[in-house]
Amino acid sequence: MTQKNAFFLVRWIRGLLALFGRLFGASSKAAPQDFDSKLEAGMGKSRSGFVERLASLVGASKTIDRSLLDDIETTLLTADVGVDATRQITDELTDALSRKELKDSATLWARIRNSLLGILENSQTPLSLPESDEQPSPFVILMVGVNGVGKTTTIGKLAKRFQDQGKSVMLAAGDTFRAAAVEQLKTWGERNNVPVVAQGTGADSASVIFDALSSAKAKGIDVVLADTAGRLHTADNLMSELAKIRRVVQKFDPSAPHETLLVVDAVTGQNALNQATEFHETAKLSGVVVTKLDGTAKGGVIFAIAKRLGLPIRFVGVGEGIDDLGEFKPETFVDALLGKVSEESVQ
Amino acid sequence: MFNNLSERLSGALKTIGGKNKLTEANISDSLREVRMALLEADVALPVVMAFIDQVKARALGTEVATSLSAGQTFIKIVNEELTKLMGEANESLNLATQPPAVILMAGLQGAGKTTSTAKLAKHLIEKEKKKVLLVSADVYRPAAIDQLETLAGQVGAEFFPSQIKQKPVKIAQAAIKHARKTAADVVIVDTAGRLAIDAEMMAEIKAVHKAANPVETLFVVDSMTGQDAANTAKAFHDALPLTGVILTKADGDARGGAALSIRFITGKPIKFIGTGEKAEALEPFHPDRLASRILGMGDVLSLIEEVEQKVDQQKAEKLARKISKGKGFTLVDMKEQLEQVAGMGDLAGMLGKLPGMGQMAGQINNANMNKDMRRQIAIINSMTPKERRNPLIISGSRKRRIANGSGLQIADVNRLLKQHKQMEKMMKKMGKGGMAKMMRGMGGGGMPPGGMGGGMPPGGGLPPGMGGGMPPMGGGGNFPFK
Repeated sequence: MTQKNAFFLVRWIRGLLALFGRLFGASSKAAPQDFDSKLEAGMGKSRSGFVERLASLVGASKTIDRSLLDDIETTLLTADVGVDATRQITDELTDALSRKELKDSATLWARIRNSLLGILENSQTPLSLPESDEQPSPFVILMVGVNGVGKTTTIGKLAKRFQDQGKSVMLAAGDTFRAAAVEQLKTWGERNNVPVVAQGTGADSASVIFDALSSAKAKGIDVVLADTAGRLHTADNLMSELAKIRRVVQKFDPSAPHETLLVVDAVTGQNALNQATEFHETAKLSGVVVTKLDGTAKGGVIFAIAKRLGLPIRFVGVGEGIDDLGEFKPETFVDALLGKVSEESVQ
Repeated sequence: MFNNLSERLSGALKTIGGKNKLTEANISDSLREVRMALLEADVALPVVMAFIDQVKARALGTEVATSLSAGQTFIKIVNEELTKLMGEANESLNLATQPPAVILMAGLQGAGKTTSTAKLAKHLIEKEKKKVLLVSADVYRPAAIDQLETLAGQVGAEFFPSQIKQKPVKIAQAAIKHARKTAADVVIVDTAGRLAIDAEMMAEIKAVHKAANPVETLFVVDSMTGQDAANTAKAFHDALPLTGVILTKADGDARGGAALSIRFITGKPIKFIGTGEKAEALEPFHPDRLASRILGMGDVLSLIEEVEQKVDQQKAEKLARKISKGKGFTLVDMKEQLEQVAGMGDLAGMLGKLPGMGQMAGQINNANMNKDMRRQIAIINSMTPKERRNPLIISGSRKRRIANGSGLQIADVNRLLKQHKQMEKMMKKMGKGGMAKMMRGMGGGGMPPGGMGGGMPPGGGLPPGMGGGMPPMGGGGNFPFK
């Protein structure tokens, strides 16, 4: 293609898309934002050893200075808490500092912790399953999320957890796309000794799940964990497929799925917020699972998710073993994020 | 959702204004915006700070060229530094060795190693005519070996079976031995996902590396990765002599700041990006383009490639000639364009690649837009050839007939006619001297790649393309094409 043509094409498509965009209702909202200089000041300086500093300060009743606040900022940003939430917290601290409310590091510690916990206030509702004999049909849990976050592994762990609570569990191999996803789920079924309903790769995901529900009801199973294929929240066709799965499940039982869990990889950055927003719109999430918290990633983006969507964080995943799953404890999570060594990481 | 950098900077750049020199005082706001944009794009904080220092050092005291505004000069520096950091051009695999050339895949859980292994195999088989053997040393994740076996079958690669009872080192050795026997050109060793802080697992992959002696050790990383990219990349880089990076899931809407962090920390090139679920969705990585994406300035070069693939070029050229000759834009032309745009599929994705239009992309619903376009095509189809050539003759009774014919309402027909008028106006503007002006600017180059010219008009009246009619492609169009 010649330069001239390429150039024309760009102009053409640009103009066309701009026009179409306008015609079909998109509007421009280019509002430049003013950003607080405080955050900037914080970022230019030291970024070492918040934890050590804090440790040395705790109990020593030393006064707080500006550079410690900067370190806090760094800690939050490097934990993926995000620019907005970080700014909100540092603003609060700066205000408190100017009002001379932060006399020592213990007060400071409590203040940050409370700020972060405040954001998670609505996120600590644990998942409670109904009593087995109260259920006419199984409690349906649908697992959704982008590729590679750990949906199938989480199902394996949840199956064990629910069995330990005395529930009968069935797995539905709704990931009919990825090669060997069905086999992967079947392995988890064997490990837990629970039945797995599957049709094989390429089958219709919604119908596999529907089959599983029918079978579970017939067998008087308490909980059905339905796996789905990983999908990027930007893939319209795959998101419509998810909406279809939901509709089909509702056909079986209008109150189902009783729980739709978004699985979020703790390694994910700010994009997790887009993921949560999109999946919530399509699949009406009722909770979030944060996986891979045993690594160096802190999963700070869940503050942004909690703030925007107010969804409960139901579980956290901390390894590949069958027992490496715990209920979400805001205090533990916040302490880990702030670097405070906590012994009760997950129970 | 994102306030991209060009939008952010439009305010801050006003403080630079008409100054003829960049100083600490007049760039501080802009630097802060760059910093925020990078952080929001998930670039790791230490990398952001180092980068900002570099930009600052270079910008301070820079004279503003007469052809550019001070703001543009600043943006040019940012983009150039970003491109310098990311590397200039794509670096491909280096498989020049005594065959079999071994490629080792490494990364965290769920990064996409197995999928990338299959995609890479397909690439090597089809584009480089190699005989490829795949082997899985993932003895931990349930069915990981099955997964690779299935994928190997799909992409036409040979598969070397392994068992979960075997040691990864032994698996790799046996596969390479087998490859030698069967004269395979390339062996790709897939490994289990592992955390960088898992000492035992890191020791294991070091041992696999030692035993397999790969020519390429590729670090596979999810483009949605956040700040942790810095830690992880460093740990893998310290443990293994990485030769390159594969950035996966790049077809989502993540800004991909992790790429910058990893490149900065490891110094290794990103060789490929994964761009979809299908086995052929692996593309060579062009670092200069990512710079623009991170900055939210669009990815015009990739867009051109995409358009080239999807658009009937003969028709486009015909239209180009017609318009440059000042001929009218008829409903027939409009239908052709609608069909082409509808055929492109992901419009929001394409819009996102255009400078200054990232925000609008977020508001577009591909499905609805496609439906609308199909309707419009149906309306035009219900017209007579004469009506298509001359829409002015479409009277009330004709409108009713067209509406009935297309199964839509008269209001829909009216809307289409109005849209046609708008497009006609736009095309006229473009025909009049637009082309000539564009051509003049072509030789110069000068502006950094990535559509900078379009993204940043003087005075910061952003974003372009939103104002109305056909937006100019930058002041005179200093747009370098390769």
